[in-house]
Amino acid sequence: MQPIATPFAMTSALELAGLVKRFDRPAVDGLDLNVRTGEFYALLGPNGAGKTTTLRMIAGLLRPDAGSIRVAGIDALADPVAAKRMMAWISDEPMIYDKLTPSEYLEFVAGLWSVAPRIAQARARELLDWLALGPHAQERCEGFSKGMRQKVALAGALIHDPRLIVLDEPLTGLDAGSARQVKNVLRERVRAGGTVIMTTHILEVAERMADRIGVIARGKLLAEGTLDELRLRAGRAATEGVAAGSATLEDTFLALVAEPAEAA
Amino acid sequence: MIARLQPGGAIWFARHEWRLAWRDWVGMMGGGKPKRLRRAIVAMTIFIVFMHFVAYWMVGGIAAGAADKPTLVAITVSLLLSWLLMISQAMETVTRAFYARSDLDLILASPAAAEKIFAVRIAAVAASMALMALPLAAPFIDILIARGGWRWLGAYAVVAAMGAAATALAIALCVALFRIIGPKRTRFVAQVVAALIGAAFVIGLQVAAIQSYGTISRTTLLQSQTLLARLPDLGSPIWWPARAALGEGAALFAVLAISLILLAMTIAVVAPRFGEYAITAAGADTGVTVQRSRSSSFRRTSPRRALRTKEWMLLRRDPWLVSQTLMQMLYLIPPAVLLWRSFNDGGSAYRLLVPVLVMAAGQLAGGLAWLAISGEDAPDLVASAPIPQASIIGAKIEAVLGVVAAVFAPLVAALAVAAPWQALVTAAGILVAAAAATSIQLWFRSQARRSQFRRRQVSSRFATFAEAFSSIGWAATAAVAASSLALAIAPGILAAAVVGGTWLMSPRRAA
Repeated sequence: MQPIATPFAMTSALELAGLVKRFDRPAVDGLDLNVRTGEFYALLGPNGAGKTTTLRMIAGLLRPDAGSIRVAGIDALADPVAAKRMMAWISDEPMIYDKLTPSEYLEFVAGLWSVAPRIAQARARELLDWLALGPHAQERCEGFSKGMRQKVALAGALIHDPRLIVLDEPLTGLDAGSARQVKNVLRERVRAGGTVIMTTHILEVAERMADRIGVIARGKLLAEGTLDELRLRAGRAATEGVAAGSATLEDTFLALVAEPAEAA
Repeated sequence: MIARLQPGGAIWFARHEWRLAWRDWVGMMGGGKPKRLRRAIVAMTIFIVFMHFVAYWMVGGIAAGAADKPTLVAITVSLLLSWLLMISQAMETVTRAFYARSDLDLILASPAAAEKIFAVRIAAVAASMALMALPLAAPFIDILIARGGWRWLGAYAVVAAMGAAATALAIALCVALFRIIGPKRTRFVAQVVAALIGAAFVIGLQVAAIQSYGTISRTTLLQSQTLLARLPDLGSPIWWPARAALGEGAALFAVLAISLILLAMTIAVVAPRFGEYAITAAGADTGVTVQRSRSSSFRRTSPRRALRTKEWMLLRRDPWLVSQTLMQMLYLIPPAVLLWRSFNDGGSAYRLLVPVLVMAAGQLAGGLAWLAISGEDAPDLVASAPIPQASIIGAKIEAVLGVVAAVFAPLVAALAVAAPWQALVTAAGILVAAAAATSIQLWFRSQARRSQFRRRQVSSRFATFAEAFSSIGWAATAAVAASSLALAIAPGILAAAVVGGTWLMSPRRAA
């Protein structure tokens, strides 16, 4: 895959400041977050922590009640179209069209992002082969398994060469083979200079893949850093009965999420 | 007493089915909100009371009538029409039962006798067919009883018999299709057949009326002396259902017995195999469809064009959705025949066409707009694309209006040759009715799967009624405008008020 040309190498890929979204209660409550260009960032949190709401606001699918979102320096609330041009969004439930083939789906997505046909076609071929979808390129998606559908969605997300990929639980329900392919694609993307922000319940994925991890609960960022930094941050609570250096992300995560409740 | 029912028995299953059906109905009417449910019940009561007045006006005069041929023809045709609609509805229900997995895995994995629950389900379809007919049939029967005496009570038993016979026939047709053309094609073909059966009788009568008398009215044909003379004698079994409705004991017994025997035979034959059919049907969707593209090259396109092309491609490739809109298109056949006939005869029936075309355009646009706007299967993808929301909506509206234009342009063009003014009014009416229906769908949009198309009316009854009244309003306006533009101002204002009022009530405005 071609390295991503990025004039914003020194800037943040994503900056959230004071982000607020209320439904019946605050879902996201003054969230500040900074994801650097070329970084793999994992957002962890218990159910209802506000992870999906945060990502949906980043992707322009929800409008925040307050705060700001900047994507590669662009104010996403003032100029959503320019921000969306830089981004791709994938949810846990791959939303593709049953009656289109992967090839037609990619042509459609390329059309939405105004990618030149010649470039889009070359990329489509490359992505379909890379994700082992080549033999199914002319089959309608209606008979595809969840893993195949997720791979089609991922190919769609990459067809326009986004700087920032926003993924909400992309590995949910995938078998080991499909999950590995998706992880490889994301890792490759980051290696090429792209930025990934992802929520996941699979802590092992965050532990192995993420450069930095953010832990969110009740709409607030509780802690952020590398796994080692988080271990230190969780410190006492996380490593109770466990040698500090060998505490897993699960120990650390549970300690961090439990902290405010215990404090209260 | 219910607690003492033997688990796994037919009555126990019937209670379970009844509970599910009742909660489904309550959910459908009230959408989970008690206030909405109360309002729906009040609205339904008002509708039924209103229908009694309509019934009094339509059949009050014939209640005391003897069993002569014109009366028997009128009753038989009404029963046949209702029966065809019941068969159509039963085919839809049975097809859904075959293809929806719902609790099938649970039933078949349990040690309970699956044929019992399938027998109960088939009987439930028969009961629901009769119950669904009641809100429309009961006012007429009540008026006939009030004006003509208790003998008309037999009509209620005839409705039940028709439900049983329609269900038996619908199941037989579905199973036959299943065996002949296989499970994959049955779903589509059964629904097309259901649509055709539902519309064929009315359309056939209208076409015959047009051919014989040059009007779009079917009643003219039914009471003609030519037709009455050709029909069988009064003693023929063909009149039994009508005689049964009139309260003749022997005919009533025969109609009930034949219907119930048909249903019992169907249950006995199909219930033990229903699970097997359903499992086969569930596996039918996993096949691979290879799409042969005209060109393997990606085409240069704009985002708007990409959206339009996608909408048209999805519609073209989904025969199930095409079959759902087929009903509306079928009703265009009589006006087309009338147009063709008037064209040949140099007749002046053109203005009859105007409201029919405008009404059909409004209804078609409403259905297509729901598919394009609410039935977007990848809403996040489209919303996260770098296109202004207005462009997305604009492209979808263009896709809808494009289909409406493609369907109606040939008819309007043919009309323009013979009656330019009527054609101009029709074109304007089609445009306004389609735009109004599309706007209503836009204001009341709520995300859903395309496969929920049939239940789209449930999501907002207000939008459904508003769409229908808007189409009727614009059809009436166009009909009047075809004769006099000045007189069309009043109905035009009313139709615009319907659309304006709908906008005021819409959740988009409130948001």
